[in-house]
Amino acid sequence: MSAHPSPLLGPEGGPAPGTAGTRFGFFTDTSVCIGCKACEVACKEWNGVPDNPRGFTANSYDNTGALGANAWRHVAFVEQGRAAGGRPADLRWLMSSDVCKHCSSPACLEVCPTGALFTTEFGTIVVQDDVCNGCGYCVTACPFGVIERREADGGAWKCTMCYDRMRGAKQPACAQACPTDSIQFGPLDELRERAAGRLAELVAAGEGRAQLYGHDEGDGVGGTGAMFLLLDDPEVYRLPPDPVTPTRHLARMWAMAGAAAAALAATLAGSLLPSGARRSRSGGRRWR
Amino acid sequence: MGSNMAECHPVAFQWVVEARQRGARVFHVDPRFTRTSAQADRHVPLRPGSDIAFLGGIVHHILATGSELRDYVVNYTNASHLVSEDLRLPDDLDGFFSGWDPDTATYANETWRYDGPPVRAAAGRPSPARGEAPGAGKERGRGQTFQSAPTDVEHGSIRTDPTLEHPRCVFRILERHFRRYTPAFVADACGVPEELFLEVADALCANSGRERTSAFVYSVGWTQHTVGVQYIRTASIIQLLLGNVGRPGGGILALRGHASIQGSTDIPTLYDLLPGYLPMPRAGEQPTLADYVEQATAGKGFWGNTGAYVTSLLKAWWGDAATPDNDFCYGHLPRLTGDHSAYRTALDMLEGRVEGYLLFGENPAVGSANSRLHRLALARLDWLVVRDLGEIESATFWRDAPEIETGELRTADIATEVFLLPAAAHTEKDGSFTNTERLLQWHTKAVEPAGDCRSDLWFCYHLGHLIRQKLSASPLARDRPILDLTWDYPTEGPHQEPDAAAVLAEINGWDAEGQPLGGYGRLADDGSTACGCWIYAGCYAEGVNQTARRRPGHGPMHVAPEWGWAWPDNRRMLYNRASADPDGRPWSERKRYVWWDADARRWTGVDRPDFVADLAPDHVPDEDARGPAALGGCDPFILQADGKGWLYAPDGLADGPLPTHYEPHESPVANPLYRQQANPARRRYPPGAGPADPSVEAGPDDEDAAYPFVATTYRIAEHHTAGGMSRFQRRLSELAREMFVEVHPDLAALRGLERGGWATVVTARSAIEARVLVTERMAPLTVAGRRLHQVGLPYHWGHAGLAPGDAANDLLPIVVDPNVTIQEVKAATCDIVAGRRPRGPALPRFVESHRPAPAP
Repeated sequence: MSAHPSPLLGPEGGPAPGTAGTRFGFFTDTSVCIGCKACEVACKEWNGVPDNPRGFTANSYDNTGALGANAWRHVAFVEQGRAAGGRPADLRWLMSSDVCKHCSSPACLEVCPTGALFTTEFGTIVVQDDVCNGCGYCVTACPFGVIERREADGGAWKCTMCYDRMRGAKQPACAQACPTDSIQFGPLDELRERAAGRLAELVAAGEGRAQLYGHDEGDGVGGTGAMFLLLDDPEVYRLPPDPVTPTRHLARMWAMAGAAAAALAATLAGSLLPSGARRSRSGGRRWR
Repeated sequence: MGSNMAECHPVAFQWVVEARQRGARVFHVDPRFTRTSAQADRHVPLRPGSDIAFLGGIVHHILATGSELRDYVVNYTNASHLVSEDLRLPDDLDGFFSGWDPDTATYANETWRYDGPPVRAAAGRPSPARGEAPGAGKERGRGQTFQSAPTDVEHGSIRTDPTLEHPRCVFRILERHFRRYTPAFVADACGVPEELFLEVADALCANSGRERTSAFVYSVGWTQHTVGVQYIRTASIIQLLLGNVGRPGGGILALRGHASIQGSTDIPTLYDLLPGYLPMPRAGEQPTLADYVEQATAGKGFWGNTGAYVTSLLKAWWGDAATPDNDFCYGHLPRLTGDHSAYRTALDMLEGRVEGYLLFGENPAVGSANSRLHRLALARLDWLVVRDLGEIESATFWRDAPEIETGELRTADIATEVFLLPAAAHTEKDGSFTNTERLLQWHTKAVEPAGDCRSDLWFCYHLGHLIRQKLSASPLARDRPILDLTWDYPTEGPHQEPDAAAVLAEINGWDAEGQPLGGYGRLADDGSTACGCWIYAGCYAEGVNQTARRRPGHGPMHVAPEWGWAWPDNRRMLYNRASADPDGRPWSERKRYVWWDADARRWTGVDRPDFVADLAPDHVPDEDARGPAALGGCDPFILQADGKGWLYAPDGLADGPLPTHYEPHESPVANPLYRQQANPARRRYPPGAGPADPSVEAGPDDEDAAYPFVATTYRIAEHHTAGGMSRFQRRLSELAREMFVEVHPDLAALRGLERGGWATVVTARSAIEARVLVTERMAPLTVAGRRLHQVGLPYHWGHAGLAPGDAANDLLPIVVDPNVTIQEVKAATCDIVAGRRPRGPALPRFVESHRPAPAP
């Protein structure tokens, strides 16, 4: 559910007609997450995601474990008690529904050799399972460990932000199912503004460690399409504190590599040619 | 308190989350740190079973600091009423109120009454019946059976002292009774440090009064105790003293266990009630309708019209057959002959006295206390009908109950014929939900039920038809109640599904011309009106299904009168006359809700007044007035026989006019107040109900006791009650596939339990195994100088389904609250050891070997 009307959202909470080209995203306010896992169930129901048979993990109330091919939403449970230095009265139980970040610089898409991954008209990143050849490059490229190959069919799978629902002017299933408005769907610009406001409220209320995650367009992934308001450092939620798209510096790396290669080639050319020829062809750049 | 709202009512909890964002402070007082605690401003852990000590401490604090809302207390509660000089409090009698009869283990409550001339017996509440159903006489602590009938207190004769100085006025009695409930006592009894307790008490007082209100929320963490009704009574005392009843933002919100449980008490599945909280007649005690009406009518308020309610009900059920000449078929009503509660029935079943049983959406083989006993009992039936969404344990016990493995049951020996009939889910049928706020909300069928799945309405309607066909030629008088029933609902579709809206229309009722009733004020006792449930009259006013309305509220008060329909008369807040001061003005601008419009000479406001619309605040009724006409302008509690909120209950309760702290039936500590350990009036059943921790009789032991820890059972968000709606669903099962037990790291170390490993929990009844979740959220508490551990047991699992596991309810005793026969499953004694439980016949031997010999 969403309690935040927007001119860019239709009556069912999805993108209004004519909003293609607007970037949509998630804002997950973990301060109001009650860990009910309705998002996990709604996601699986809508997207037909297979079971994730892990059994009992003994890790708080988390039996899902991590995002993966068979878990596109994952509610993390973090118990902070005496072990974290607090008194019993200061016990904290953090909950946060994690999801694909839909990065501005999506590593998965950039490394995909088949073009199975693409950026939609809503600025979200989606895998086309009929194009995916299961090479797994995206799996190693994702700095968040989100996308994963599914054993059963070999393809790579992750959250689509319910692309099919969005095209039908509906909000993603997880956001609709969330009873406390912890998961909010909307135009990214509006979400950024709302997230900043909510952070200011929490900081004013004494939540000293509250912080936004994924909102900074200057970060290593160019900011994300799924932002989070966390009550502690990202590592506490097992989120990478400084995610970087591995391909981010590719252009510079290739330039540097090219220069290095040229220098190497020059050196090699000089060392392999006979001295007379070296001299005679010193101005040339050809080699065989 | 006693509620894990975020996990068990996550959708309703959104409003708590929103309120917090608007500045409300939320305290979660509960033994465990749950997902609700995680969203609270402060979690206050207290020992399971000690809530009355905590709440009594708040009563003491309010009185000691003079924090009560005086004008409210004097005018709207019975604080000023004088009580009989024969009343003795538990402080005088070491844990008993006056009137205790040790032979019957019940109270006679004459000494609890208001002062004045002797009052006649409570309306609709005959003294405990004698000559009960077979075997019933063996029970201890049987209380009265009627619980919701109006109580008459002869309003005109009550002596009062508005100065609240008289030593026998209710206010002074409260003060005396709770004088020992000091912060130090709370700390000792509950394990809550004094400063933490005072933080709660001070916040509650500071946030109550003319300008502000506070609300309590509770769930089965309060009700499922042998003294559960008195838990809620204690909260009522607090809220009445602070002026938090009948006012916006106040009240006591009872969150029910499932959707429409409120509806199933309004139109009850309870054995001792008729629709609208009319008492079920008892054999031999109300032979005629006149007797019934006379005994069930209060002198004052809206229970003064009981005759109209019951006559209209009889007309709805028996239609033209119900005439003045035959007492409107009053003789057709079943009569109570004793305790017919679910637990009594299961015990009778175990002894072979019950032939057949119908289970609708109920899974006693997992969900009832001492579930093992229920499985053994079901195996003694001749036939059993189970209507459910899946093949639940109560339908498969005959082939896969754990008792087959232990050798206690053999499939070949079980003669029970089980009929498993697939049921339609709520999305597959039309109908209404009535939830805790008394709001009826209609839902329409989204999809056709698959295959042979049918609605419960379909089943009951067609079963009724078949029975009527079989009886149609019967000359026997005993068959007339079935043959005379109106049974003519229109049906539709290929399966002849009855029209649910037609049933709602009958519940609403109609007048002699067949016109739908607009409200219960129209009901008459002459047979000219028919109404299936008097408090629901108006839900189909003007022939329109009012419960299907969906117009959201707007404006600052958020009252949405056209969203669904609330009983009674679409009033969204009960007793809302109390939202105005005695002169009829709002207590404050901030809290205005309903007030007296002196010009129009009517009550008005943002809600429908829950009061006589034109009854002026200064109205004084005639001495001899009866019923609603006997209400005064300052009597907001229009269903109470004296029009006042009851700080003290002169009648109506089986276990005392005031709440006081008793230990649970099984407790590892001694009652810090009295030698009397537990609620003396709690209802116990004969030994067949399963053995108790011997320390119950012997007095609690020390750390060396056989069962030194407190077991408490509960639900988690991932599953639904006994699992019938979740353990058979793969999406839900995978979230929490295995039964687990929650323990503190110190307890894990004490018993050598390994995180993620197996543990066996054992009580005097049985032993179960579970995976170990080690968490600091299960805080040990220091009680009476001892560090006491609790063992947390979710009760969702059973032996069948996609996520099978041992049933926590196997561990728990059948011992119940004497007022409402609800089981105590929130606090019992247990032990826990590392490793899996023994299998097969070794299991009962293990349980036996762990149980110490009964005390001599």
